[in-house]
Amino acid sequence: MKSLKAQQSKLSNSTYELEVLEANTPTGFEETAFSQKLRGINLYPLKPTQIEILQINMGKMCNQVCKHCHVDAGPDRKEIMTQDVMQHCLDVIRQHDVKTVDLTGGAPEMNPNFRWFVTEIRKISQSVNIIVRCNLTIIVANPKYNDLPEFFKEHQIEVVSSLPYFTANKTDSQRGDGVFDKSIRALEMLNAVGYGVEGSGLTLNLVYNPSGAFMPAAQDALELEFKKRLKNGYNLVFNSLYTITNLPISRFLDYLINSGNYEAYMEKLISAFNPVAAANVMCRNTISVGWDGYLFDCDFNQMLDLKVAAEGSQHIADWNQAALTNREIIVKQHCYGCTAGAGSSCGGATS
Amino acid sequence: MKTYYNPEDLKKFGKIGDFQKPLADKFFDYYGEVFKEGALTAREKSLIALAVAHAIQCPYCIDAYTTDTMEKGCDEEQMMEAVHVAAAIRGGASLVHATQMMNKANELSM
Repeated sequence: MKSLKAQQSKLSNSTYELEVLEANTPTGFEETAFSQKLRGINLYPLKPTQIEILQINMGKMCNQVCKHCHVDAGPDRKEIMTQDVMQHCLDVIRQHDVKTVDLTGGAPEMNPNFRWFVTEIRKISQSVNIIVRCNLTIIVANPKYNDLPEFFKEHQIEVVSSLPYFTANKTDSQRGDGVFDKSIRALEMLNAVGYGVEGSGLTLNLVYNPSGAFMPAAQDALELEFKKRLKNGYNLVFNSLYTITNLPISRFLDYLINSGNYEAYMEKLISAFNPVAAANVMCRNTISVGWDGYLFDCDFNQMLDLKVAAEGSQHIADWNQAALTNREIIVKQHCYGCTAGAGSSCGGATS
Repeated sequence: MKTYYNPEDLKKFGKIGDFQKPLADKFFDYYGEVFKEGALTAREKSLIALAVAHAIQCPYCIDAYTTDTMEKGCDEEQMMEAVHVAAAIRGGASLVHATQMMNKANELSM
């Protein structure tokens, strides 16, 4: 499977994606601009609370081509962050009160400067929480990655990994043939060095997102089920399960349209709008950095090329804390994905 | 083409209150209470509902509880096992009546 970009799909163009999202309002939902919905609960314009999390997208290169990927990542994507941009990120982490650095991609570990970057972040602060969003299979993809669990442990990294289900067929249907078995092997390696093991202080969180056009289950109940099934079936342990709703952009939007599920899915997201989740959306305390250093309200806005509305501070090299803290967050129809039901963020449910 | 069942009609379920509100309100309140987490989990109740939907062969309920069980984190194997429970009870209900047939046949036979 190739990326949408390599297929020269119209949906690899963010302007076209936004047109689709704005134009195809489901029948009976005419008055449903997301901004209007926020206005109704006195949250528009949406403003940041404070900047606590710097989420850094280290590149679109990935060893997997997941069907739902909002980044349209894959082996054919060559856009990765340079050491120069990483240096600017380090300056921001050093100078501002960043509590969490969240490294994502693609597969961030495939960036040749990944280990240097992690080491430098840890040198700045022993207490900053460093998250690596690891797709698991990268650990077993090549011998040079086999020691990643040790590297993560040495630098006190929190590992967050996608595992859409505790069975092979549902996992592989979303993430590719053989991904489940490789993920289990990688989880065994992470457990072996202490990740997810009680009392180790090494955190391993898993991410569930639905393998299709439906909403995620209640986080607490599904976490219990995952823990039971992974323990009994594979003797694996982990800390928390995050449930994440698939947002209707990029490959997931392509899937929704091609499978005839788009309209019903949007209806579901809109009708499940939850004001509590809206107040807790992650863009209020996060800045997302693109592989080329541009700044965004979240990873989804990054993929839609909606740069932060902060004059003179749209690039990591020009970071202006005041301008970013006072900016208005850009909201579009895809934002309904973060406010539906129990809410959704990179840290799971929000209400 | 006109059909008796239209998937779009499921969304209008709440409108039954347009013709008789007090009873509809009571029903939907009760319905909501039934499916809340209780001595049984919401997930278990959803699987029971899926099985019953097949036993009563309600197309609306089958659509609704296929979605709902998936949204409760069930997989296809679990969903199919629930339908087999419905099928086993339906099949068993026919077959257990065979004892009546046998009684009658024995009564009439020499």
